[in-house]
Amino acid sequence: MQLTQTQTAPMHRRRSLTDVQIQVLFIAPTIILLVLWNIFPLFYSLYLSFTEFSVIKPDVPPAWIGLQNYNKLLNDPRIWQYFALTGRYVVTTVALQAIIGFGLALFLRERFKGSGLVTTLILIPIMMSPVVIGLFWKLIYNPAFGIFNYLIGYSVPNSGPDWLGEASRALWAIIIVDVWMWSPFVMLLCLSGLKAIPDYLYEAAAIDRASPWFQFWRITLPQVAPLLLIAILFRTIEAFKTFDLVMGLTGGGPGDSTELIAVYLYRAAFTRFTTGESSALAYIILVIVIAVSNLYVRSLNRIRGEQ
Amino acid sequence: MADIELKQVEKRFGEHYAVRPLDLFIKNGEFVALLGPSGCGKTTTLRMIAGLETVSGGRIILNGQDVTWLKPSQRDVAMVFQFFALYPHLTAWENIAFPLQAEGESRENIKRRVKEVAELLRIEPLLKSRPGALSSGDQQRVALARALVRRPSCFLMDEPLGALDADFRETMRSEIKRLHILQNATTVYVTHDQIEAMAMADRIVVMSQGVVQQVGTPAEVYHTPSNLFVAQFIGSPGMNLVKGTWADNVVALPGGNRYAPPDGWPAALHRGLSGSGVIVGFRPEAVQIHPNGQLAAGVYSVDLHGSYTMLVLEMGDDHSIHARVSRDAHFTVGETIRFDLNPSMVRFFDPKTERAIAHSA
Repeated sequence: MQLTQTQTAPMHRRRSLTDVQIQVLFIAPTIILLVLWNIFPLFYSLYLSFTEFSVIKPDVPPAWIGLQNYNKLLNDPRIWQYFALTGRYVVTTVALQAIIGFGLALFLRERFKGSGLVTTLILIPIMMSPVVIGLFWKLIYNPAFGIFNYLIGYSVPNSGPDWLGEASRALWAIIIVDVWMWSPFVMLLCLSGLKAIPDYLYEAAAIDRASPWFQFWRITLPQVAPLLLIAILFRTIEAFKTFDLVMGLTGGGPGDSTELIAVYLYRAAFTRFTTGESSALAYIILVIVIAVSNLYVRSLNRIRGEQ
Repeated sequence: MADIELKQVEKRFGEHYAVRPLDLFIKNGEFVALLGPSGCGKTTTLRMIAGLETVSGGRIILNGQDVTWLKPSQRDVAMVFQFFALYPHLTAWENIAFPLQAEGESRENIKRRVKEVAELLRIEPLLKSRPGALSSGDQQRVALARALVRRPSCFLMDEPLGALDADFRETMRSEIKRLHILQNATTVYVTHDQIEAMAMADRIVVMSQGVVQQVGTPAEVYHTPSNLFVAQFIGSPGMNLVKGTWADNVVALPGGNRYAPPDGWPAALHRGLSGSGVIVGFRPEAVQIHPNGQLAAGVYSVDLHGSYTMLVLEMGDDHSIHARVSRDAHFTVGETIRFDLNPSMVRFFDPKTERAIAHSA
């Protein structure tokens, strides 16, 4: 009798761990990390955005000042200027990426010799670190020895424009790099969308005497639209946050001609260390990004609902 | 409306023939079924007529015009696909309007024509739904409407009922037949279902392994199959085919049976057979039970089919034949019965060439 008990005891202890407890054990570390690194900072920074505080003065506690930070930011014409700049940047770069990415996808959808290799080569920019990209595009843009000006027709050194040094061109220089880097991403999503369109739709359209143009507008585009919109959504959110490319290429200059809102936020938070104010700015950006994404998600749902 | 003429049309994939050179003339307003087992080349033939598949040789003439190398959009054909091929992101109305919009028809015209064709197919209540929300039968009606709306010179249908439930199939079959009668448009209809082909077609083109086996009216292919393949493929069950030997104006059949061919046949057999072997073919309904019949066979099974009884008889050791008899007749398994064959329904085939022997009369 005793023997049986000693044998079953460990079994019994193991069994006492219920399924729910095991689930909790697996989930808890993730939850704790999520709370510590994401949820807590999210709410703490929301609190800080209503205070006067700087992280480099930890002995001065946050002083509650209500909406003053928001008031100050929203009345600062420079902030509006940077938002406008960011808006222009986002619209331009995402539009170009969508057009070029979709175009590349249309091109690569046709199977030809080496199309697999070409696809892989086109994808390389996505795989590289933005900091590295920033550094070598700086060399590529260099007016004295960079290859960019040479390729667009200025074969004599220093005869072409200084892309990163001229206020009128610097933003375009960043857009070009961003488009170069991320059009392949749009292409990848569009390509998978295009390949999923069944051939019989085109056969039916051919029988229905639809011209290639009509087929593109009435079949190809609507069929790819959901994936194209997802790509645009991702790229819009990312473009809004563009920081690393700017820091690598221009650092926001010349002057403040490439001072995107994320760059300005970085400076406010980590060079001027106005922690309270920059928290408020971060929240303003967050609200805008959420609003814009919601517009996309809504139109995405509308398109999906149609299918 | 149009004639369709195929002249030595063929399709090769490398060394392999999907369709061997084929001649076919389809009259204006005719309903022709391409019938055969899967892989026989019937769909390939249809797709070549549509222009979705290029020909490897030969010419296709549509309404007097050589369209061999024209695109599908230049041929004035409409097609109904096996799996409907509706545009999933468009409503039923937009699907039907698609061919008209592609041609740049005016708005009022499009509205009017879609309405007409929707009335014809009785699908007005469905016009706002997308294909995903429709039953397969309704999807096929929409697909038919899309084909009809442009009033093309001919309709090509690729197993349009293949994806439908059994009970829907019959409804749609009569609906397609009704449309054909109303529109009187040349129709080429691909199917592997011989009942469908028999029920709908003016003429049937029986195909097997890329070769046309026989072209004829349903009655012709049923009663006078040109070879063993057609004899077996048409009808369910197919034609009874019993091997025998031809000598002294009598065919020796298994189980010691001796069968004297009806008038006119002995001469034809003398002329037509390449050797002494012969195959006697007859439909189950050609069997006439008679106590003094010249043939005898054992009853293997008795299946009551409601309006008639199907007997499986065993003639000799391994020759089973089907006999269709009155539902009132009673038989017990194992008994031996005697029967005759309706003289007008007996056919003979040469086992070597597999071809039917032509009757001399």
